[in-house]
Amino acid sequence: MAESTPNTEEGAPLKTTPLHEAHIALGARMVPFAGYDMPVQYTEGVLKEHLWTRQHAGIFDVSHMGQARLRGVAPLAAFEEVVPGDFINLKPGRQKYSVLLNRTGGIVDDLMAGRPITLDGTGDDGLFVVVNGACKDNDFKVIADELAGQVVIERLETRALIALQGPEAAAVFQHYVPAAQAMVFMDIRLMTGFGVDLIVSRSGYTGEDGYEISVPEDAADDVWNILLSDPRVKPIGLGARDSLRLEAGLPLYGHDLDETVSPVEGDLTFAINKKRREQRDFPGAARIVAELAEGPARVRVALKVLEGAPAREGAEIADATGAVIGIVTSGGYSPVLKAGIAMGFVPPAHAAVGAQLKVIVRGKPQGAEVVKAPFVPHRYVRKLPA
Amino acid sequence: MRFTKDHEWVEVDDNGIATVGVTAYAAEQLGDVVFVETPDVGKTVKAGDGFAVVESVKAASDVYAPVSGEVVEANAALGDAPETVNAAPEAAGWFAKVKLANPAEVDALMDRHAYETYLQTL
Repeated sequence: MAESTPNTEEGAPLKTTPLHEAHIALGARMVPFAGYDMPVQYTEGVLKEHLWTRQHAGIFDVSHMGQARLRGVAPLAAFEEVVPGDFINLKPGRQKYSVLLNRTGGIVDDLMAGRPITLDGTGDDGLFVVVNGACKDNDFKVIADELAGQVVIERLETRALIALQGPEAAAVFQHYVPAAQAMVFMDIRLMTGFGVDLIVSRSGYTGEDGYEISVPEDAADDVWNILLSDPRVKPIGLGARDSLRLEAGLPLYGHDLDETVSPVEGDLTFAINKKRREQRDFPGAARIVAELAEGPARVRVALKVLEGAPAREGAEIADATGAVIGIVTSGGYSPVLKAGIAMGFVPPAHAAVGAQLKVIVRGKPQGAEVVKAPFVPHRYVRKLPA
Repeated sequence: MRFTKDHEWVEVDDNGIATVGVTAYAAEQLGDVVFVETPDVGKTVKAGDGFAVVESVKAASDVYAPVSGEVVEANAALGDAPETVNAAPEAAGWFAKVKLANPAEVDALMDRHAYETYLQTL
């Protein structure tokens, strides 16, 4: 027996997050990820952790991700020089998903950027950004280089990041931080909770309702343990985080997105602001506008595997005649659908929902159908209950 | 029952048919099994060849043939109930039965005591 997807990474000694000892104490299986020694699963295993998050609430250590403040005379306008979204009109208290672009319109990373404010509307201070852990050093270098003289980047390396996700996550968090009740999906606030200052957004990477909570590293253990003491909450490792985001149809940088993939190819056109398409004032605009008009050469699709083994990253995608037309960029088993699900790139002619394709797993073609993402419906709270 | 360093087990009956599966240790390491690809009946395998594939939510893992011979039966029940590999890895969770080509290969494998001693070195 041998695992065909090794968990090893070459290079520098692994870093640890402020919650490292907490993971060990919980019996986590640790693996290298994004340069950190991270929990891939706890004692119950990926499948149970996944389903628990869909039914109750899961707590995730995502402190490996990069947090920073961008400040300057006009940081929102400056930020638009490296992303295709509308940030000039981003309201205080809101955050937005976007992609950092290279000059040929490829995606350097995907990210969240927002304007956290206090409950009384103060504290607006530039742009708070959260980027992927494996990309963070390069991202902040790209932003610093491209926006030299316009923004100063303060990396928030003494803050941990904890995600609480699932249908019961909001009730748990609001028990400790009642003011979070007033937030809807993609709101972001500066708050006091657990006796410390928090930066809280109502968002996540599972498709569920929940919060992402930036906490000072010295308080990370306390916040983690207090939330975990609620019987509705269990710790969730990177394994289930990946299967949850896959079911939610959310791309994973370094797999579904990379420096060659444009936001049009990546099925992220919602992140390209309409007015800015006309103004063509973002990196790689010529390519991206052309792809919007004429269609890209390839596009990310969601695939349900209709028979056989799960199709994983690297599996070829073929059309009905058997001709190879694309490749799976992430895939696995959906614990909710009890079937193989995947994302991959195919020419737009094969990308319509309902298209019957094949995925080639260990040399065997298996039926697969293009479906509408997400595989499992999102449960974001976009409006507060009356 | 005999064991390999790759955590497969073999049990040979009076007719020289070897039942093959993965050990409890392997099942624990794999986590929840969600799919098993068993070998085709009639296939001839050599000891050490890829024999089956077992998939968890996270990853696909190869299972190697611990002995050489012809596959005479595959455990069809794993198609609908792959979780049997976790529930009963060294019993109902067997993968396939192999008609031994070279019974001496079995003697070269570890007995349970040797396997458990080996596990303590991991």
